[in-house]
Amino acid sequence: MKLKRFSLALAMTLSLGGAAFAAEPVKVVASFSVLGDLAAEVGGDHVTVTTLVGPNGDAHAFEPSPKDAKALGSADVLVENGLGLEHWLERLVSVSGFKGKAVIASEGVTPREWHGDADEAAELEKDSHGHAVDPHAWQDAQNGIIYVNNIVAGLSAADPANAADYKANGEKLVGELKTIDARLKQEFAALPEARRKVVTTHDAFGYFGAAYGVSFIAPEGISTESEVSASQIASVIKQIRDEKVQAIFVENITDPRLLNQIAQETGVKIGGELFSDALSLADGPAPTYVKMFQNNETQLLSAMSGT
Amino acid sequence: MSVYDLLIAPFADFGFMRRALVGCVALSLSGAPIGVFLILRRMSLMGDVMAHAILPGAAIGFLLSGFSLFAMTTGGVIAGLLVALGAGAIARSTPLKEDASFAAFYLVSLGLGVLIVSMKGSNIDLLHVLFGNVLALDDAALILIASIATITLLALALVYRLLVAECFDPGFLKSVGGSGGLVHFLFLTLVVLNLVGGFNALGTLMVVGLIILPAASSSFWGETILGQIVAAAVIGILSSFVGLVLSYQADLPSSPAIILTAGAIHAGSILAGPRGSYLARAFRPRHLRG
Repeated sequence: MKLKRFSLALAMTLSLGGAAFAAEPVKVVASFSVLGDLAAEVGGDHVTVTTLVGPNGDAHAFEPSPKDAKALGSADVLVENGLGLEHWLERLVSVSGFKGKAVIASEGVTPREWHGDADEAAELEKDSHGHAVDPHAWQDAQNGIIYVNNIVAGLSAADPANAADYKANGEKLVGELKTIDARLKQEFAALPEARRKVVTTHDAFGYFGAAYGVSFIAPEGISTESEVSASQIASVIKQIRDEKVQAIFVENITDPRLLNQIAQETGVKIGGELFSDALSLADGPAPTYVKMFQNNETQLLSAMSGT
Repeated sequence: MSVYDLLIAPFADFGFMRRALVGCVALSLSGAPIGVFLILRRMSLMGDVMAHAILPGAAIGFLLSGFSLFAMTTGGVIAGLLVALGAGAIARSTPLKEDASFAAFYLVSLGLGVLIVSMKGSNIDLLHVLFGNVLALDDAALILIASIATITLLALALVYRLLVAECFDPGFLKSVGGSGGLVHFLFLTLVVLNLVGGFNALGTLMVVGLIILPAASSSFWGETILGQIVAAAVIGILSSFVGLVLSYQADLPSSPAIILTAGAIHAGSILAGPRGSYLARAFRPRHLRG
């Protein structure tokens, strides 16, 4: 299905793409905020980017609106993550009449097995062994570089006239990501392994943890929807005590009073806000992909270093 | 599993369990007389109405300043008193009966509450406010609940006789020059205070259960009003303890576990309480049966 869409898109691009005027910006639709930022950085002035799942939105559970279908229908390029993240996208593409070029940003990354929530696993793509694939590949800056290169290639194919600019922007971004990647590896390696443990309900940090040597421990038994029971709180507290966890980053225990109780009882630190699935708004701490890494780096390091 | 592991260990090992128990005990102590008097005054459903009335006030407090105990409590008290006073005033000055007037105010409050909930983009937080969390009682919340319990018990002790008289014969109190209206208003204020204190622990809706259910059960145990109040307090405390243990051992959400335990005790009281239950009536001498 994807291949068919891709080849169709490619055919349309070959026939239409050449006709794009230099003055007319390329209309890019990105599925969620991280890709929207990357596409905007790579495209610069030559593109206008529409992001379907905006800042702070949840790319897993997204209900496209007619406006989204309209934006996609007139778009020249669609940037999607792939790896089963946007399972709502296929239908949106078919109703929107999208005829541009689809770029799968994660093409070429080594997928990791999904270790998160079992309910969510049912919606994800399966690898050849039938394991669910973790779609949050962008949490490893090395994969981010692959994303950037895929987007550069996609934009260049849709708008060959500006290929040189896309390449230059892409290289600049890749340079920044390489710096971040090296710095993160160095900083986390400098901490003793026992300190590199945090409890988090974010299950999107599999790639990050593997790349930078951080253990992200999921609190047992806490689910988003149901009201918590005393035994769930007790098991989180036990886990923190047993594993000597340094900090807890919990987003979906939305009740801060509950978090404070856990912190008070265990002496663990409550970490700040980590960004995984979406960027923040422009005035937030993580408005771009690069800043998202910087934010998470600061939050994690300050929680682990004990300052 | 030993009795210690089953009943004591959860509270010995975890501070949040002890806090939850302390909060519930305080609520049970002050909720017991409030509940008994609500039932005597045939206002048991009024508790529910008032709980809904508090909702928009607490919601506005939350929207203005987040999880601020002060803002939410103040908002709740103001909204609750407005409804209590407004409904009372309209009932006294127009032909509309008090229950109809309360119903009107509460429906408007509920509508307003839902409107405020949906105004906020993410309403998950607000739902947590409305359903409270007995497992997340911090020092400030505990002090608030304990203060409200103390004020309630002291105030009720002061006006106990007036309140009893007003329950059974409002005309008598008027004829000897007592101001029934003032006692009534004081009582409504205490109801609002208890509901507001309770919503931090059990949520606006569940707290009514901890006030009314033990009181409703108590009439099967105590003969005098005082006896019923003591029985209600004991039942409330027992429900809180058993409910929290259930929540810990059987992985159940805490507030519903407490309320359902109180419900089970209520069912038990109806069946086998010493006064007026099915069992008690079955064993009554034939010549005393009505």
